[in-house]
Amino acid sequence: MKMITTYLTQNEGKIFVEGIDTETDSLSVRKKIGYLPETNPLYLDMNVVDYLNYAAELDGVPKSNVKSAVENVIDKCGLQDMKHKNIGQLSKGYKQRVGLAQAMINEPDVLILDEPTSGLDPNQIVEIRKLIRDLGKQKTLILSTHILQEVQATCDRVLIINNGEIVADGTPESLQAQFQGQVVIDLIVKKDQSTNREKILQEIRSLKGVEQARFDMEDSLSWKFHITGKKGHDLREDLFKKIVSHNLIILGLHQEETSLEDIFRKLTQN
Amino acid sequence: MNNILTIGKKELKSNFLSPVAYIVIVVFLIITGWFFTSNLFLAGVVSMRTVFEIIPFIFLFYVPAISMRTFSEEKKSGTIELLLTRPVTDGNIVLGKFFATLMLAVFTLLPTLIYVFSLTSLGTLDVGPIFTSYLGLILLAGLYISIGIFCSSLTENQVIAFIISFLIVFALFMMDKVLIYLPVGLASILEFISTGSHFSALARGVIDSRDIIYFVSGITLFLLLTKFSVESRKWS
Repeated sequence: MKMITTYLTQNEGKIFVEGIDTETDSLSVRKKIGYLPETNPLYLDMNVVDYLNYAAELDGVPKSNVKSAVENVIDKCGLQDMKHKNIGQLSKGYKQRVGLAQAMINEPDVLILDEPTSGLDPNQIVEIRKLIRDLGKQKTLILSTHILQEVQATCDRVLIINNGEIVADGTPESLQAQFQGQVVIDLIVKKDQSTNREKILQEIRSLKGVEQARFDMEDSLSWKFHITGKKGHDLREDLFKKIVSHNLIILGLHQEETSLEDIFRKLTQN
Repeated sequence: MNNILTIGKKELKSNFLSPVAYIVIVVFLIITGWFFTSNLFLAGVVSMRTVFEIIPFIFLFYVPAISMRTFSEEKKSGTIELLLTRPVTDGNIVLGKFFATLMLAVFTLLPTLIYVFSLTSLGTLDVGPIFTSYLGLILLAGLYISIGIFCSSLTENQVIAFIISFLIVFALFMMDKVLIYLPVGLASILEFISTGSHFSALARGVIDSRDIIYFVSGITLFLLLTKFSVESRKWS
């Protein structure tokens, strides 16, 4: 990321941003890029408006547009109430917004955000993610993060990099499909004294695609079954029909999905 | 050019947002004020000589102090990364910071003009040497600042930046004071390198192009070194 932003240069290979070489024409690349580093460095003794003015002028926003550009990002990032405060007095969430605001002040084509939600509280995370999703509709957004729910929530394309090599590339959905292992289902059925529990279990086992089924636990109200199916089979429909055919009531049917966390662990742990 | 101005304005402003600038300016004025008044009232001489003699000495501490934060602070807080990824050349950044610090030094010298005006009411004053002395002081400050900025770009620790730049500046200042102990060949080289001989010519009222060139090339050299030091992040 630091190489894309031209802060560092690569030892080998070339990087092109919108067709411009980062090494030979780094100034033009920098004009097209907005960058929010992981540590979100800010001048703590400046106030928000002054800092954004400074960022706009250095980013080459024409003098006559600086004011409107600053107002624009202040609106977008919800900084209206804080704009005359010193950055050092702001909470972490607001600082992060100032960081985002300075990154998008020159309306860059490419926004590079390094862990934009680290260290924020849940409310702030939701707000920043919403902001990121809105931005992503118009611009190319490169996001690095260790929080994989965030990827699931915001990204269209995922690259997993392990020791400098790309080990996975695709949409979150395609990655999940690709790495889908066994299907695991928890089924909760309302207890019915007139039905034989073991018989139902037998019938579940005989369903196509079921690898294993066992009785999990029983409480005063329900039976819980634990079913594992073969890869790529969706058992939920057959299970539903089977239970209903016995005139039993389903209280819960939950299929566990392979999360990006599982995929990440699988890819990076050997 | 615009970028130099933008950076310069921001740097200068941030100097005055913190109390540091006010404190160092006040200390500077107290010390020079003491030498001015003691010379005037105790020795009874209508002259700026002692003031101009003491200022280069005060600059040894003062200039490293005002230039030590220029790059160190940004390196420490990480803001340097954002600054260097904006569409601004490294050279513009160095120049912006240099001129901002030079302006701060000029601001500190401005109140000493009061001494000059109060002396004109007491007797006739030779204006020429005073003018060239101020020119010399500004050039001297420029050289010290370029050294200070260079040292600041080497480290993220402001104290280390201060100490290294003080040592370099002190060496340049002391060189022509120890000439008598040295062999003739070496002495003439050191005399040329030292700031003292070039400044004292200007303080006497002589504008020699060689002295001007000495200061300007010294400033250029250290600013170039600073630029390389900023770029050195890319060398691996």
